[in-house]
Amino acid sequence: MSTRLSTGGRLIDRSRKIAFTFNGKRLTGHPGDTLASALLASGQTIMGRSFKYHRPRGVVASGAEEPNALVNLGQGKTHEPNQRATTTELFDGLTATSQNHWPSLEWDIGEVNALLPRFLPAGFYYKTFIHPRAFWKHVFEPFIRQSAGLGKAPDPKQTDPDRYEHFYAHTDVVIAGGGIAGLQAALEAGRAGAKVILCEQTAHWGGRAPVDGVEIDGKPAEDWINDTVQVLEGMENVHLRLRTMVAGVYDHGYILAYERVADHAPAADTPRHRLWRIRTARVIAATGALERPLSFPGNDKPGVMLASAMRDYITNWGVSPGDRTVVVTNNDDAYRTALAIKAAGLDVPCIVDAREEADGPLVQEARARGIRVLTGMGIANVKGLRGVVAVQLCRQAGEGAVVEDIVCDAVAMSGGWSPVVHLWSHCGGKLTWDKAGAFFRPDHDRPPTDQTGEGFVVCAGAADGALHATDCLSNASTSARNMLVSMGKPAPEAEVAKATAAHEAPLAPIWVMPQGAGPKKRSKMWLDFQNDVKVSDVQLAAREGYESVEHTKRYTTLGMATDQGKLSNINGLAVLADALGEDIPRVGTTTFRPPYTPISMGAIAGEARGEIFQPLRRTPLHDWHVDHNAYMEPVGHWRRAYCYPQKGESHRDAVNREIDATRGGLGLLDASTLGKIIVKGPDAGRFMDMLYTNMMSSLKPGKCRYGLMCSENGFLMDDGVVARIDEDTFLCHTTTGGADRIHAHMEDWLQCEWWDWKVYTANVTEQWAQIGVVGPKSRAVLEKLGTDMDLSNAALPFMGWTAGKVGGFDMRIFRIAFAGELSFEVSVPASQGRALWDALHEAGQEFGVTAYGTEAMHVMRAEKGFIMIGDETDGTVIPQDLGLDWAISKKKEDYLGKRAQERSHMTDPTRWKLVGLETLDGSVIPDGSYAVAEGVNANGQGMTQGRVTSTYYSPTLKRGIAMGLVLNGPDRMGEVIEFNTTKKPAKGETPKTVKAKIVSPVFYDPEGEKQNV
Amino acid sequence: MSDLVKSALPGARAEGLVSIEEMGLSGMVTLRVDLSAAGAAIAQVTGADMPGPRAISAGQGCHVAWMSPDELLILCDHARADAMVADLTAALEGQHHLAVNVSDARALFRVSGPGGALRDTLAKITPADMSADALPPGEMRRTRLQQVAGAIWFESETEARVICFRSVARYTFDLLAMSAKPGGAVGYH
Repeated sequence: MSTRLSTGGRLIDRSRKIAFTFNGKRLTGHPGDTLASALLASGQTIMGRSFKYHRPRGVVASGAEEPNALVNLGQGKTHEPNQRATTTELFDGLTATSQNHWPSLEWDIGEVNALLPRFLPAGFYYKTFIHPRAFWKHVFEPFIRQSAGLGKAPDPKQTDPDRYEHFYAHTDVVIAGGGIAGLQAALEAGRAGAKVILCEQTAHWGGRAPVDGVEIDGKPAEDWINDTVQVLEGMENVHLRLRTMVAGVYDHGYILAYERVADHAPAADTPRHRLWRIRTARVIAATGALERPLSFPGNDKPGVMLASAMRDYITNWGVSPGDRTVVVTNNDDAYRTALAIKAAGLDVPCIVDAREEADGPLVQEARARGIRVLTGMGIANVKGLRGVVAVQLCRQAGEGAVVEDIVCDAVAMSGGWSPVVHLWSHCGGKLTWDKAGAFFRPDHDRPPTDQTGEGFVVCAGAADGALHATDCLSNASTSARNMLVSMGKPAPEAEVAKATAAHEAPLAPIWVMPQGAGPKKRSKMWLDFQNDVKVSDVQLAAREGYESVEHTKRYTTLGMATDQGKLSNINGLAVLADALGEDIPRVGTTTFRPPYTPISMGAIAGEARGEIFQPLRRTPLHDWHVDHNAYMEPVGHWRRAYCYPQKGESHRDAVNREIDATRGGLGLLDASTLGKIIVKGPDAGRFMDMLYTNMMSSLKPGKCRYGLMCSENGFLMDDGVVARIDEDTFLCHTTTGGADRIHAHMEDWLQCEWWDWKVYTANVTEQWAQIGVVGPKSRAVLEKLGTDMDLSNAALPFMGWTAGKVGGFDMRIFRIAFAGELSFEVSVPASQGRALWDALHEAGQEFGVTAYGTEAMHVMRAEKGFIMIGDETDGTVIPQDLGLDWAISKKKEDYLGKRAQERSHMTDPTRWKLVGLETLDGSVIPDGSYAVAEGVNANGQGMTQGRVTSTYYSPTLKRGIAMGLVLNGPDRMGEVIEFNTTKKPAKGETPKTVKAKIVSPVFYDPEGEKQNV
Repeated sequence: MSDLVKSALPGARAEGLVSIEEMGLSGMVTLRVDLSAAGAAIAQVTGADMPGPRAISAGQGCHVAWMSPDELLILCDHARADAMVADLTAALEGQHHLAVNVSDARALFRVSGPGGALRDTLAKITPADMSADALPPGEMRRTRLQQVAGAIWFESETEARVICFRSVARYTFDLLAMSAKPGGAVGYH
């Protein structure tokens, strides 16, 4: 049973208590506690259940590598699953619940799985759920989904109340890790004058050194750490950041760092997380090392902990993990734990050392303190169901025959240390196997390289394999100095502080304990705690032919949990190598990928949520639309009014009313989103002739012409009205969605192909508010406002344009008619747009002025048979398909798309062509319908002979109208064809169709008399 | 008429770590021309020297900003923009160029406050280097403001200008206001 010691705890403030709850139980801790230390201090040793077997699990580590103690943190809006108790700083009011248990943490039904481990071996799911095939979707998958997942997913109806942000920084050096190596590296880089960002993932500087009793320059490490931090704080060019984890290293020196700004103080008005997006020349990974577990039977039981974690809990938080702790090890470092336990006044019944000999200074000190040291021994079994009650010892060299039972309530294990090489590896740094230390460390000859081919990441201190404090500082200094030289910022000469700690004898690589353990024992040795992968699973995978470590990982799920194998990877691949009869370095590691530990989705999203999730583009008239109850639709990033429903009016009724009002009197359309691009220069005419399929160079100033633009593959990509401003200047109107794309298209051709043509373009889309003044009364309303222009048909005929003053506004007027009525498209500088819109409404009262939206616009253009990019075109349609041959110049030598349109497929007479469609019953053909034909194709699907491209109810004609592309359509006028519908046929009945007559696409005013008055 | 002429977000203001303020209408002219041959015309019309890459140079009642190897942005009073276009067109008579009034296509914000907080706030929305040595007063940086295009320059260490397209003025203002919220201090710059 764990408890709080009466003294000690360098990180906690014993003078204050803070309250929190775990599974509804009210508990207390101290400021400075982590959730894990506070739970241990409260006697809560079981903190979660494992993924597959639902085994009870206690905390095994004290930091970022923790696989077991994952909790649901917070509730309701702030609920977040899979939070590591070891990295969760305790705060007042913290609420946590344990995961993966039912009905309770202590008594779990799923634990029955644990009794059946031989029925859940490696690859169980692959083997079991593969046949019969049909079972997967309806039987297996739902079952697996039920039992899958650790934490509870956040409630989708709740919205995270916190805010998040990104922060971009540019620097010379990013140092990951604020232990003594990171601090030393920062000193060097700081003195060299480099811009430095030093990140430490915890809330404290100095890392492990103070816990491990390291002395620096003859004083406790803590003194040197405080002094050094002070020195660094005084350097203008060094930026220190606590609670900030370097999550990933990417190409071109791009770094993501994850700052947990307010996790420890949730009430504060601060962003909760901040994602640092850093550009740096170099990275120093002073990320330390992680201790490895030992693989002995029952090593996953609550109360079995990493030796280093145990002394962390004692030294940092004044927490005793147990009264009697057995230490099991293959190295000298774990003896520090035994000494720390002793120093805290607790018992160490024995140290079980797998090595045949142990006689280093730490061993001698342990013996001197009266601790029994057993060499050549191992643990054969851990007794106890929900905790440790005893361990059974055996010879390490044997098969596990029990030689002695030791009563204890905790076990501290140490299988050696592995440098944290993740950041070195993210961008491709290679590793080398260090035989003496039994770990992978960075291969200095094969670093990750940047855009210049230079290595841009170095590891410093323990991360570079300099595990012992004595080597750590000097290694950090040398690594940093070499790196600074490589970037042309050599550090000035300076004395490196001398770190000292007890000498350590070499470890013995122990991957299985005892080494000769039989199948039963091997199936109780956990490698991956979170995913329940055991020694037996990896060995089975090897027997089944899995040789690649990457395949074994996926087959067994070793290292695939939220901790990404921080504890399990090296042990797992050592077991695999042994099973394959290979050397460890030949088997290699799995790939290290960012992030180092999981980062929040909130941090990734940053500020992009709610109102600023995406930029909404607003026209100068946007507020008017909103104030007038417009139903807005997205068009690109714009929001456009679809229609303006009045009280109790359906959208369809609103659209019909708007059309009737426009055709009967006066309608106003916000057309500001239309693209407007100026093309100017001596070669502008020639350029326009290439861009458009028709002749534009012959257009006279003061005139407009409708034009089509094709891609070089011949497909119709945009259309619009071009106005010639003067001899050198054209104004091209594009579709709303086409403005940026077409401008880029123009610049592409000008910059890459026709770089010697004298043409400049400018996208002036947003400079202008553009309003369609449409209907028989459109001229009257403009004249009523008062103008210095002659707007008569004679002075400003259809497809003419002019500029002048109307009602005091600086206006350009284009006589164009998308709706087929007398109409004037007028544009004024955006700043005048709203005032003009209001003035038109006021003056238009007597003409029944009505604002109309995009849907009314669509219906009216369809009544006129005008095509719409995106409806009649879909990237596979050429102008010839749409009967637009009149807009394709025969005289021009070339235009973009001309050559492509001559290809055989493009000139195929059986290409579907545009026609109008009139249903016989007056109904509206469903959107997306196909015209059915006789027979079936090779796949047994019904044949088709056309499809609908636009289909609407026409209030003008009081019937359904449609346009569509039909096989030989223009030659089949008057013929009736059938379109499929979505109406469900009665059983035995053939599917319902709707009959439509092929007609001209121009349904309304075919002679154009209305627009030409 | 003049009281009916509106900028994108008239009077919009937000206070926090820094102050953000929409500056109302201002004159802007895009000039595309061979910069190496337009120095005299620029000097004649604006009184400004031809700015080097990414620089802004001051003229008489206006500023000239370098936008790209063949594009300048001239900032002046809103009322003067049309005349500016006409003057440039006249001064560049016979020379291939494009001068166009884009005043209303944009929105302009003043962001002011303590230098460090100012640069920190901006560093939350732009990937460009906001440090004082990377973007000193007198230089304009075209960049992105999270999801939209924009440009930033410093009038002084305590006052910056942010420019964006008119249609996304609200987005840009909201971004700036969110980034300047109290409690979000970074302390980096």
